[in-house]
Amino acid sequence: MVRDNTTLGAFREQDRFVINTGRSPTISPISHKRRRTGMTQAIERPGADAPVVNKPKPSKRPWPVEFATSAVGMKWIMALSGLALIGFVLAHAFGNLKVYFGAEDFDHYAESLRTLLYPIVPKTWVLWGMRIGLIVAFGAHIGSAIALTRINQKARPVRYQSPRNYIAANFASRSMRWTGIIVALFVLFHLADLTWGFANPDFVRGDAYANLVASFDRLPVAIFYMLANIALGIHLFHGTWSMFQSMGINSPRYNSARRWIAGLVAAAITVVNVSFPLAVTFGVVG
Amino acid sequence: MTLTLDSHIPDGPLEDKWDNYKFDLKLVAPNNRRKFEVIVVGTGLAGAAAAATLGEMGYNVKVFTYHDSPRRAHSIAAQGGINSAKNYRNDGDSVFRLFYDTIKGGDYRSREANVYRLAQVSLNIIDQCAAQGVPFAREYGGLLDNRSFGGAQVARTFYARGQTGQQLLLGAYQALARQIHLGTVTLHNRTEMLDVVVKDGRAVGITTRDLLTGELEAHSGHAVMLCTGGYGNVYYLSTNAMACNATAIWRAHRKGAAFANPCYTQIHPTCIPPADETQSKLTLMSESLRNDGRIWVPTGHEDERRAVDIPEDERDYYLERKYPSFGNLVPRDVASRNAKTVVDEGRGVGPLHNGVFLDFADAIQRHGRDTIEERYGNLFDMYERITGENPYQTPMRIYPATHYTMGGLWVDYNLQTSIPGLFALGECNFSDHGANRLGASALMQGLSDGYFVGPSTVAGYLANWLGTDAVPTDDKAFTESLDQTGGRVDQLMSVNGTSSVDHYHRELGKIVWDYCGMSRNAAGLQKALTEIPALREQFWADVRVPGRADGVNQSLENALRVADFMELAELKVRDALHREESCGGHFREESQTEEGEAKRDDENFSYVAAWEWGGEDIQRDAVLNKEPLEFERVELTQRSYK
Amino acid sequence: MSKVLELTLEVWRQDGPGTKGAFETYTVEIPDDASFLEMLDKVNENLFQAGQEPITFDHDCREGICGSCGVMIDGQAHGPQKGTATCQLHMRQFSDGQTIRVEPWRAAGFPIIKDLMVNRAAFDRIVESGGYITVTTGAAPDANEIPVPKDAADSAMDAAACIGCGACVAACPNSAANLFTAAKMQHLNQLPQGQAERWRRSESMVETMEEFFGSCTNHGECQEACPKEITIDFIAMMNRDYLRSKLVNRRRLGERKIG
Repeated sequence: MVRDNTTLGAFREQDRFVINTGRSPTISPISHKRRRTGMTQAIERPGADAPVVNKPKPSKRPWPVEFATSAVGMKWIMALSGLALIGFVLAHAFGNLKVYFGAEDFDHYAESLRTLLYPIVPKTWVLWGMRIGLIVAFGAHIGSAIALTRINQKARPVRYQSPRNYIAANFASRSMRWTGIIVALFVLFHLADLTWGFANPDFVRGDAYANLVASFDRLPVAIFYMLANIALGIHLFHGTWSMFQSMGINSPRYNSARRWIAGLVAAAITVVNVSFPLAVTFGVVG
Repeated sequence: MTLTLDSHIPDGPLEDKWDNYKFDLKLVAPNNRRKFEVIVVGTGLAGAAAAATLGEMGYNVKVFTYHDSPRRAHSIAAQGGINSAKNYRNDGDSVFRLFYDTIKGGDYRSREANVYRLAQVSLNIIDQCAAQGVPFAREYGGLLDNRSFGGAQVARTFYARGQTGQQLLLGAYQALARQIHLGTVTLHNRTEMLDVVVKDGRAVGITTRDLLTGELEAHSGHAVMLCTGGYGNVYYLSTNAMACNATAIWRAHRKGAAFANPCYTQIHPTCIPPADETQSKLTLMSESLRNDGRIWVPTGHEDERRAVDIPEDERDYYLERKYPSFGNLVPRDVASRNAKTVVDEGRGVGPLHNGVFLDFADAIQRHGRDTIEERYGNLFDMYERITGENPYQTPMRIYPATHYTMGGLWVDYNLQTSIPGLFALGECNFSDHGANRLGASALMQGLSDGYFVGPSTVAGYLANWLGTDAVPTDDKAFTESLDQTGGRVDQLMSVNGTSSVDHYHRELGKIVWDYCGMSRNAAGLQKALTEIPALREQFWADVRVPGRADGVNQSLENALRVADFMELAELKVRDALHREESCGGHFREESQTEEGEAKRDDENFSYVAAWEWGGEDIQRDAVLNKEPLEFERVELTQRSYK
Repeated sequence: MSKVLELTLEVWRQDGPGTKGAFETYTVEIPDDASFLEMLDKVNENLFQAGQEPITFDHDCREGICGSCGVMIDGQAHGPQKGTATCQLHMRQFSDGQTIRVEPWRAAGFPIIKDLMVNRAAFDRIVESGGYITVTTGAAPDANEIPVPKDAADSAMDAAACIGCGACVAACPNSAANLFTAAKMQHLNQLPQGQAERWRRSESMVETMEEFFGSCTNHGECQEACPKEITIDFIAMMNRDYLRSKLVNRRRLGERKIG
């Protein structure tokens, strides 16, 4: 209802009376739909009733679907897939340390991945199992990240008009989106470079050690590799800690250890992975 | 016309009155309850509890608050605790002892039957709150902890850190939230009640203003329950929240509800004194500080030295000197008055010489800093945030401030005002605290009225109206009320004078505080009675309310409230002038013992002064009705704390 | 003794929900022992004298417990002092000649009503969806019938200290209300009295919260902004309870939410 603004405070007769429920029937229609059936409070007064931001989820869905589409559930998915990826990255970095034992050991290690648990299962089955697991984890991690980012952007459509002064949020936590993208792009390049080989002119299938040396002999690749792994370390520093929170792993008994574990994981992976291109560049390996 | 004040006190022995009465009350059957609309105004302890309980019972409830959320009502700021005669300490407490202490603490100016019921119901309140998940302090065995509070000789106070009021209100708010979700209660937030609608002598609804759009709305119901708190903000500076106001009860008074004992005000001794002219409100420091702190002022006048520089022999520990047995733990009114005396003598401390020291140096020396920090750490932090002084190193400065109003709408045993259908619950009625309230009893009364008493007695009233609809809001009674209220808004908006609403509120506060504060005398009260009407006249001629009436306008909200305070202040002073005795929070200088203590006059003033609205000239037109107080079970004694 | 500060203020002024707002610049002289809201009162007094409309802001108890007040002060919710609501923030935290920028909470769940006043009704909806223990008045057993371990009672009290001011949402880079919701939920979920409804409550409150607010990415800004210093440990507990609620909730098929 728009009152005549020129007559300051003058009430016109017809405006003043609201019959029975006392709610004005003519307030402007801004998202005035009922929130949920069974709710008595409809959104009639935009300044006093809760706004509609996200549409209520349809009811009667199976609980795993409800869980996976809720933000808290997606954080669980982020955490669990993140945990799988941390496991992979740790194992991958540890295995690659074989490069310091020389070409024979390293190639042997690379080949052994294909024959894991052989002859109990046929060759490469376990490797493929792990690959599928990784793809699923990556997909879930990235998919949830995109969905959550959308939710968060919607949650603050108008940003603060003055600069924020953050206290707890650090570089790592605020750059997750960007370090994540860098790592994802790096993974694609890494596969093209050392698994599929088309990004590496000197690629020879099965000759892991030589491929690695050939790749890092190109300085831009070595630099990109190092930067990406630093980004990965930053990502893991917040991600590992965040994983504990998202999964509710929290107790005064070990809370102080969570930051340490996150720092150790991030540092170990960064140091080990960055050492490979450095070793090649400075001729320790090669 | 003089009202007939029937208190409807049931017959029979004190112990059985409430039970018998509940049996005699008419009931509304569960399937009939949804046919009744009940309006509850206010969402503090009394309002939230009443609305939730009535909703649970199945009534159609509409609840109103001017806040954005019911949880923000000022009950939330109560710190100390809530009394209950559970006797979990085995230290001799009982319902009768709580009753006796409350009557005595109220200086024998309250009704025996009401107070006894309060003490009885106090048992159920703790059960209710504990079941709701109120995180009361516990012992290691998992059972509830108690402390002794406000000089009580038994430990009957339950508490949740220093946030008891907050936790109890959240309990009531959550119960209310459940009912809102279930649809039995409709919440009208950011909506302020501006008038009671009366038709054929009974309350049939209210007129409200939507604080967002400025629209005036009529709401009808079979009964109206006011749970709107006290009028302490008549002093401008008080520990009440900024928005606390008396408009609801004052408008009810103007429509015919008697206003009882408006002069009874409690001044709390331990507040932080104002720092400068910009001060907007006062902050209470828990009374528990007096357990360990020593109160003193310098012996010399206008002493500008720092506290640590004043030697021991130039300090006057005046409470310990005058009251050797109670010392710093004398009751609130005694501590307050003595602080005023020394400050008036020019011995006040701080930059404005407007406070007294509360010194923890001895306690820190005796118990160690760690113990003191454990007991009062958060209070000390709060003090430091506000004043910038560290109370571990320099004594706190404290001064009394208005805290609670014992007076309020006159109600009978049903908590019904002199307008049928209009009920008053919690601080806004006068019923239980007499002339002075005991510590930790306000929360108890609010919840007792809200959870247990109001919902029972309102049924007795509603049962009479079964089969009738609520009066439609196009009835003449409603349109007249809307017209009047709209006229009042228009008038305020159109004065367009020079001074702000706050200016007038501050001026009013000064008059009331100076002449009707901690100690009162006939000359001062008469002076106030000339100054207040003059200020009121000036207000209506000179106030300027900026902005528009058809949207959010906090100045207008405030102007409507202050306009009513102007009138209430006059009645309050009028009441204080007529009561030529000292009792509890009302200290008349003409009526004191040789030692300078409050002296009651039971022969002439053992009654409730219930004022009836007579017309705009309050001094001349207000009609005094007396409800005599009869005491069957307690013997009247003079308090002594020597 | 107090000293007088001369300050420049940039305050967000916005006429109504749909309209465009902007920063307005004001200067004010204020004693340093005034509170931040008293400083705004002074600005309003000046505006009144100049014939302009005062700044609208929510406030009430002014002792840090009602949760009505709250603005962004130089990019920090409730300003620079830790564990302090805007009303308890005093001007001695600022220095003479300083420029202070004051802005309302911003979140889709908290639409601006006018100037610095926002609508926080979404918080009430979250509580209504399950933030209570169902106990009909009069039905309660004796208060000492159910012992509550002291540690549980203390921890519940830590959570229950929440004043519902919305600083957690305002400070969160994602406008998430996880700290508020977790505090309200874990107050009840930790107590024996709250067990009967624990899983329904956890499910319902989380899903109602997500209708209005963003998601938690564990920055920890909320905990720093909280005037009651409520810890994000409660968020971890909420996350755990939410998963368990999906696994163990015994609600019948087809029955939804509390109520």
